[in-house]
Amino acid sequence: MLVSRRLTSHPLVSFIRRNSTAAEPPPAGGHLPSIATSQILRSTRERALRTPGLVWNDDEDTNSIVSVGRECRKMNVYQAVRDALSIALTKNDNAVVFGEDIAFGGVFRCTMGLAEEFGRERVFNTPLTEQGIAGFAIGMAAMGHTAIAEIQFADYIYPAFDQLVNEAAKIRYRSGGQFNVGGLTIRTPTMSVGHGGLYHSQSPEGFFMGASGLKIVIPRSPIQAKGLLLSSIRDPNPVIFMEPKILYRSAIEQVPIDDFSLPLGRAETLVSGADLTLLTWGTPIYHCETALHLLADPPPELAPHIPESVRKAKIELIDLRSILPWDAEAVAESVSRTGRLVIVHEAGMTAGVGAEIASEVQKRCFLRLAAPVKRVTGWDTPVPLQYEKFYIPDAIRIMDSIVETLSY
Amino acid sequence: MLRCKIPTPRLRSLHSQSRSVHLGYLPNSRSPIVPTLSFFNSVTGSDEKIPTFRVLDGVGKPVDGAEVPELDEAFARKLYENMQLLPTLDTVLYNVQRQGKTSFHYGEEATIIGSAAALEPDDDIVDLIALLFFPIAGQYREMGVILWRGYGLDAIMAQCFGNMDDTAGKGRQMPVHIGSPKYHFHTISSPLATQIPQAAGVGYALRRSPDRRSRSIAACYFGEGAASEGDFHAGLLLASTIPSPTLFIARNNGFAISTPSSEQYYGDGIASRGPGYGIDTIRVDGNDILAVLVAVREARKRTLKQGRAVLVEAMSYRVGHHSTSDDSFAYRQRSEVEDRKRVDNPIARFRLFMESRGWWSVTEEEELKARLKGDVMKALKRAESLPRCELGEMFKDVYGGEEPWNITEQRGELTRLIKKYGPVWEPWKKELAKFKNGGKDLTQSAS
Repeated sequence: MLVSRRLTSHPLVSFIRRNSTAAEPPPAGGHLPSIATSQILRSTRERALRTPGLVWNDDEDTNSIVSVGRECRKMNVYQAVRDALSIALTKNDNAVVFGEDIAFGGVFRCTMGLAEEFGRERVFNTPLTEQGIAGFAIGMAAMGHTAIAEIQFADYIYPAFDQLVNEAAKIRYRSGGQFNVGGLTIRTPTMSVGHGGLYHSQSPEGFFMGASGLKIVIPRSPIQAKGLLLSSIRDPNPVIFMEPKILYRSAIEQVPIDDFSLPLGRAETLVSGADLTLLTWGTPIYHCETALHLLADPPPELAPHIPESVRKAKIELIDLRSILPWDAEAVAESVSRTGRLVIVHEAGMTAGVGAEIASEVQKRCFLRLAAPVKRVTGWDTPVPLQYEKFYIPDAIRIMDSIVETLSY
Repeated sequence: MLRCKIPTPRLRSLHSQSRSVHLGYLPNSRSPIVPTLSFFNSVTGSDEKIPTFRVLDGVGKPVDGAEVPELDEAFARKLYENMQLLPTLDTVLYNVQRQGKTSFHYGEEATIIGSAAALEPDDDIVDLIALLFFPIAGQYREMGVILWRGYGLDAIMAQCFGNMDDTAGKGRQMPVHIGSPKYHFHTISSPLATQIPQAAGVGYALRRSPDRRSRSIAACYFGEGAASEGDFHAGLLLASTIPSPTLFIARNNGFAISTPSSEQYYGDGIASRGPGYGIDTIRVDGNDILAVLVAVREARKRTLKQGRAVLVEAMSYRVGHHSTSDDSFAYRQRSEVEDRKRVDNPIARFRLFMESRGWWSVTEEEELKARLKGDVMKALKRAESLPRCELGEMFKDVYGGEEPWNITEQRGELTRLIKKYGPVWEPWKKELAKFKNGGKDLTQSAS
């Protein structure tokens, strides 16, 4: 039972479940992938070093594309975030990390040991004031410093909304390009864990989508978290970096220990296919993976609901990664080939990010579409604690939408 | 310059000193003109910190010069029993959850019960989930106020388990997010400090309600961590300026999650901010229930009389780790140093006071603990055994009045999916069984 607005790490850790996709073990005979066993995660050094789009940021850069001899280490998402922060602090003396309860490691352990390593002047606790944290970070960034601030839960980012939307997003524009807060990165844990209720489960990325000037990034795994966070920190624009909190411990990969970047504004195709595009980001990626297994090889109890004709369908799974600006080109290219699009996100449907994507896709791919764009999302209600398993779009809902869209 | 009454002679002397050399006033204020350069950074006018009001010392004896409030045996017993209920709840719920070691922290019992007792039953409470280092032990104490008002253990447990009897939130909110119009307790939300300006609005509404304006105030609880949020400043400012009869009770226990209060503020606690907003303010020993009782009674009186905000900062603290199960006789035989440490145990302090009056004994202590544990266990067993609300409750209460089409459609979509997969898909089957009527409220409804 999770109790407070803010949690210490221990109770939280104990309630995060390893696998929210197939919440309970599947019936006998079923072997559905979970986050822990996901094929999407790069669990070997060889696969890790072949991560698409990876660019090494070496100090003496002669062969930055060479991956030979690079070391990897097994990390979960919070360790990968910590690794990225450590690199940012090591390489840039102007970088600071701050937020509520940061100094003891943060409620999700992402800043563990950083205060001891880099000193309390560079890694420090703030009072409990999200608007203050965002404003302070903007001030530092306006001075050319690298401010990496944490908002303890994305559910609590709203007091900072004014600072982020009216200030961070608009400073470059309103000063005629003279000032900018490119050094600003706001990290915040997001999405549901299955039993967080109204204020520990939200996915507020859509609220920031109209704030041009900001970038929004959501990683799906440790490698992605490290590479995208380092890119966000170094990007010339303010970035809100939302970390799916159920993945902090459950998603594990071999992560290259060197400094590397992954591109912002670029989606990544995880599974190639020609019959339907399945687009998502963050936690639901793993629900989508499970849904693809259910579809291709349904357990006997589901088989009657899944026509033979759709089981062989080739589904293209895309991780959007950057929510703003989003990779419309990649999505439209895929949908132009498949003719079908299903978008999955945890936030409610109305004015969710899926609405924007659906609108752009119908413009770009109108004549190619064989079925209406389908959105599988949370309902347009707050996230209710005891009802969460029927609120969050899970594998079965995603699978059903795929079947419906394929049979349209 | 300082509008409030600060109970220190030093301030008055500073005042008169500056007044004696002033050269008139600024045109638009009563700020006297003086020829000397003088910065200030204190509301006491000296290096002294704001004093803390205390009635009982660590062994339950009135401190020199303190006046013990009039209280009869029955009332004292009610106070004590309510204080003891809170750690009992903590322990039982903690053990049930097996979430690790209980981290006891003293102070909250006296602050919560003492202030609850000082308020009138129909004063509107706007509570905050406080930030505490120990997520659960502390959180459950928040419930002391509504328990004092007679909310009942079954209702508390129903909310904590989110079962079909949870009238506070129908299982939608996390544990301890209680609320009840009947008990004038506004439903708790997790975001910090959002209720502080709301409490100012509640107070103003009370003032505008003819049947309540002369007898009810708004009371607002929050921790010192929440007082760092912008909403804290907005709330005090509004309740003071507009003005509205709102009593702010800040519980300062020294920690917000991992962050000590030394990293939460540099000034003199929360109390020092009251005068900045022109608010009558007092700091009280939050581990001394009689001090809290007296201070909140007087604060309430002022709030009602002035129709304006009043601030009470209740300081709770711990000197060492120990539990209420300690035997009080052993306690009294320990060295004076040890005795002084015990000043941080509000329950022991009040028990010693009760014993000194002949109102309490070891036998009664044992009986009370056994009875409370039995009561809590009974409520817990009941709450555990009940299913959740009906699944369709998920879509209710988003709006009042006519339901928008999107909610209706989405309920229909879930109904379709449950009809299709509920009977065959094991994870859903299991989950549906946890709801009252197993989802049939949706699948068998006419629409």
